[in-house]
Amino acid sequence: MIPRNVGRSVLRREDAALLAGRGRFTDNMVLPGMLHAVMVRSPVAHARIESVDTSAASRVDGFVTVLTGADLMSEWAGPLPMIWPVADGILLPDHWPVAPAEVKHAGDPVAVVVAESRAAAEDAAELVGVEYDVLDAVVDMEAALEPDAPLVHEELGTNRCFEAGLSNGDVDRAFREAAVTVSERFVQQRVIPSPMETRAVIAVATPGTGELTLWSSTQVPHILKAELAGCVGVPEHNLRVIAPDVGGGFGAKLNVYGEEAAAVVLARRLGRPIKWVEERSEHSLATSHGRGQVQYVEIAADADGKIRGIRSRIVASMGAYLLLETPGIPMLGKFLHCGVYGADAYSFDCVAVFTNQTPTDAYRGAGRPEASYAIERAIDALGRRVGVDPAEIRRRNLLPPGEWVTNAAGIEYDSLDVEPTLDEALRVAGYEDLRREQARRRKQGGTRLLGIGLSCYVESCGVGPSRVLAKSNYQAGGWEAARVRILGSGKVEVVTGVSPHGQGHETVLSQIAADRLGVPMEDVAVLHGDTAVSAAGLDTYGSRSLVVGGTAVLKAADRVLSKARALAAHLLEASEEDLLFEDGEFSISGAPERALGIAAVARAAHLGQNLPETMEPGLEEQVVYDPPEFTYPFGTHVAVVEVDVETGSVELLRFVAVDDCGNVVNPMIVEGQAHGGLAHGIAQALYEEAVYSQDGQLQSGSLMSYLVPSAAELPSFEVSRKVTPSPVNPLGAKGAGEAGTIGSAQAVMNAVVDALAPLGVTALDMPASPARVWAAIREAGRG
Amino acid sequence: MSADLTTTLVVNGRTVTRTAGAHLSLLRWLRDVADVLDPKYACGEGVCGACAVLVDGEPVSSCIVLAAQVDGARVTTAAGLTGPGGELSPLQRAFHEHHAAQCGFCTPGMLICATAMLADGMTRTRDEIRHELHGNLCRCTGYQQVVDAIEAAQGAAQGAAQGAAQGIPP
Repeated sequence: MIPRNVGRSVLRREDAALLAGRGRFTDNMVLPGMLHAVMVRSPVAHARIESVDTSAASRVDGFVTVLTGADLMSEWAGPLPMIWPVADGILLPDHWPVAPAEVKHAGDPVAVVVAESRAAAEDAAELVGVEYDVLDAVVDMEAALEPDAPLVHEELGTNRCFEAGLSNGDVDRAFREAAVTVSERFVQQRVIPSPMETRAVIAVATPGTGELTLWSSTQVPHILKAELAGCVGVPEHNLRVIAPDVGGGFGAKLNVYGEEAAAVVLARRLGRPIKWVEERSEHSLATSHGRGQVQYVEIAADADGKIRGIRSRIVASMGAYLLLETPGIPMLGKFLHCGVYGADAYSFDCVAVFTNQTPTDAYRGAGRPEASYAIERAIDALGRRVGVDPAEIRRRNLLPPGEWVTNAAGIEYDSLDVEPTLDEALRVAGYEDLRREQARRRKQGGTRLLGIGLSCYVESCGVGPSRVLAKSNYQAGGWEAARVRILGSGKVEVVTGVSPHGQGHETVLSQIAADRLGVPMEDVAVLHGDTAVSAAGLDTYGSRSLVVGGTAVLKAADRVLSKARALAAHLLEASEEDLLFEDGEFSISGAPERALGIAAVARAAHLGQNLPETMEPGLEEQVVYDPPEFTYPFGTHVAVVEVDVETGSVELLRFVAVDDCGNVVNPMIVEGQAHGGLAHGIAQALYEEAVYSQDGQLQSGSLMSYLVPSAAELPSFEVSRKVTPSPVNPLGAKGAGEAGTIGSAQAVMNAVVDALAPLGVTALDMPASPARVWAAIREAGRG
Repeated sequence: MSADLTTTLVVNGRTVTRTAGAHLSLLRWLRDVADVLDPKYACGEGVCGACAVLVDGEPVSSCIVLAAQVDGARVTTAAGLTGPGGELSPLQRAFHEHHAAQCGFCTPGMLICATAMLADGMTRTRDEIRHELHGNLCRCTGYQQVVDAIEAAQGAAQGAAQGAAQGIPP
């Protein structure tokens, strides 16, 4: 079959509504009799709740009710879910949707107010008087491990949540016998995912039936349904979750949040629809944060820079509670702190720690940006140590290309071939010219220093197979479901379990189905995001939607086609082997005048009047596809920066990305994913940080103080692609949603450090803000 | 909460009179009282541009303006950029052709500010477009395809203007 749509930049079908201002986002919905909920949140990081006085609140016009955490305890069938107990002996603190007795971070909810209008609910919430007995808080994750540190959860007796790791080969020996070693400490600052749409939910209870419907701005309607049921005590079959248009997620909406649980129980209790919409400042405090690690990375190498051993130890901040996947996030880097380089021995150790801060969880890349950052900054340090250029030190250590390449941690990368991306990135950047220009400027002197930074990354996509997830104790599957039906008119419905929030899945999945079935794309509808429509599914995260969800669509279309072929053979009174299928038409080999279009076959299937003996009516098949392996996209990024030594300000002049994510279904969409991903990584390198005071106050809790970059802060990216098809799935695809973020921050930081090298600056953490860069320059000058 | 005020605005060509709380921002008035849903709340402090609308042709962050302050004004939102049959404007089409929207949440505000930017008919460089777009945050696109779209739209607008000057039908 000739692909007519796959591989082409087909324009998005999602656009018509979104560009006309007709998006259907959760907060756009108004239901008759709807009430509004507002959370009362703790202003302090750690305290016992002494008393809650609701008398003044109840006098506000339009006030309906207020329920404290203690009031609500009888409503919960279980705590908020956590599905990734990554290690034996992991400590699991209580986590209820609304805190009943003690608050553990600023923004922790203590009560929920319901009123006839949003404004009345806000006014009443202001008047809820909560008395707190303030306790000592801890925010520094290494200080939290000290014996005398304040305890986030007194009953656990420690802030150490778990320790886990992995060792492959004799690491001690590699370091004992090494000619050179480097030892680096990097801080992965906390960041706030900040999708433009904050979270929003509407819950509706159908009186008398026990049925509950929850609209939520979520990435994961299926996981939410399955996991929320156990918290709110609604039998799973009575809970329907709908994700309408969702305004970005980036991991922050891959969760089961207390507000979702509270909305459901309030709708059930009050018998009226409940809407809750998050304020931006609430988003900063109450939605999961990302990153939050201290990394100790050591490399043992020969005198020429050939790596022998890699030892990575990290401290990872969990924040105050474990959300849905919190403990699993740092462990997603377990196999990847060796990156694209060979080594005889490798070890990774993670100490996870509670602090009085917003919990962390998945954020674009989730564990893999941290891993790639650690090794990519460390290999630059190794290059400096042995006096070898950053491009050359990488080249000397790259894993050889191959269909399956075992890395230093012992896992196998599919279709790895990094060097062509390095070559291409250096060519596009004009690396040699840049180095000459840098040398010229260094000789000349001046206050604007040029820096060039590299990053060769690899990452893992797909979040499956299920049997592999079992090894890390992940309590969800890695499969994805797709249902394809050809209606009696010949039009096609594709039902998918993935749940888009900007990625263009409707377009991409219809490209795949249309090509496979030989129908025009316009004849394909893609249905998603409603658990009553797509009963089976595991949603969108971990760059899994195309590699797992797209493959499921492909296979479901094939299964439908195979039934259609059998029916066509019956109708044409021919044998199946003699049938050709081209452009949506079955014909008989050698007798082209005897042909049947797929619509005619579909009509016959629907009428059910003339079918082979054992065939059921209809043309509809479901496939649940569990991938055989993860996929591993890779690539090389080059950043070019200018650093003003007088102010410490960094300007990103150029950013070159050469990515290999295997085969591409829609190049324009993949490019957009790359750009968006790069913006996140660059933002972490230069701008973004969740800044906390020592007593646990978030000081960058709004978009005024938390610097999400605008168009003015970013250059036009120079993005190109290599294509090494993946052997893992029939699409040959690897996943494209996160690579931009995973590869980019370290390229920028390596460039900044490269610029500052003549001044003796080697240690610098993100974000490379003017203040931090300026201080590093002064510090090096004193040394 | 506050006393009620009667405010009249011409929203996307339609005259809308509503009596509502005097405290309501233009954004809340449009969304909660007038059912105009394409301007979005995202930051609430005039930083992100998701709520941008044109007030008498000027782009305004509707989250930090009171509805009562602009009583009598003409307000245009992204939904008002489409033609009478709902067809996309040239700028909206350029966004479509260049993949300038991903989740689409910030897009209406982005379209409004780009419309205001292009109104003077000047040709801008990519850097100038980036600079003038600094009041619109987008978390999905990294802005590149947005800049592509605006660059193409201004080129098309100029092509059309030159065509009109030479009597060539569009």
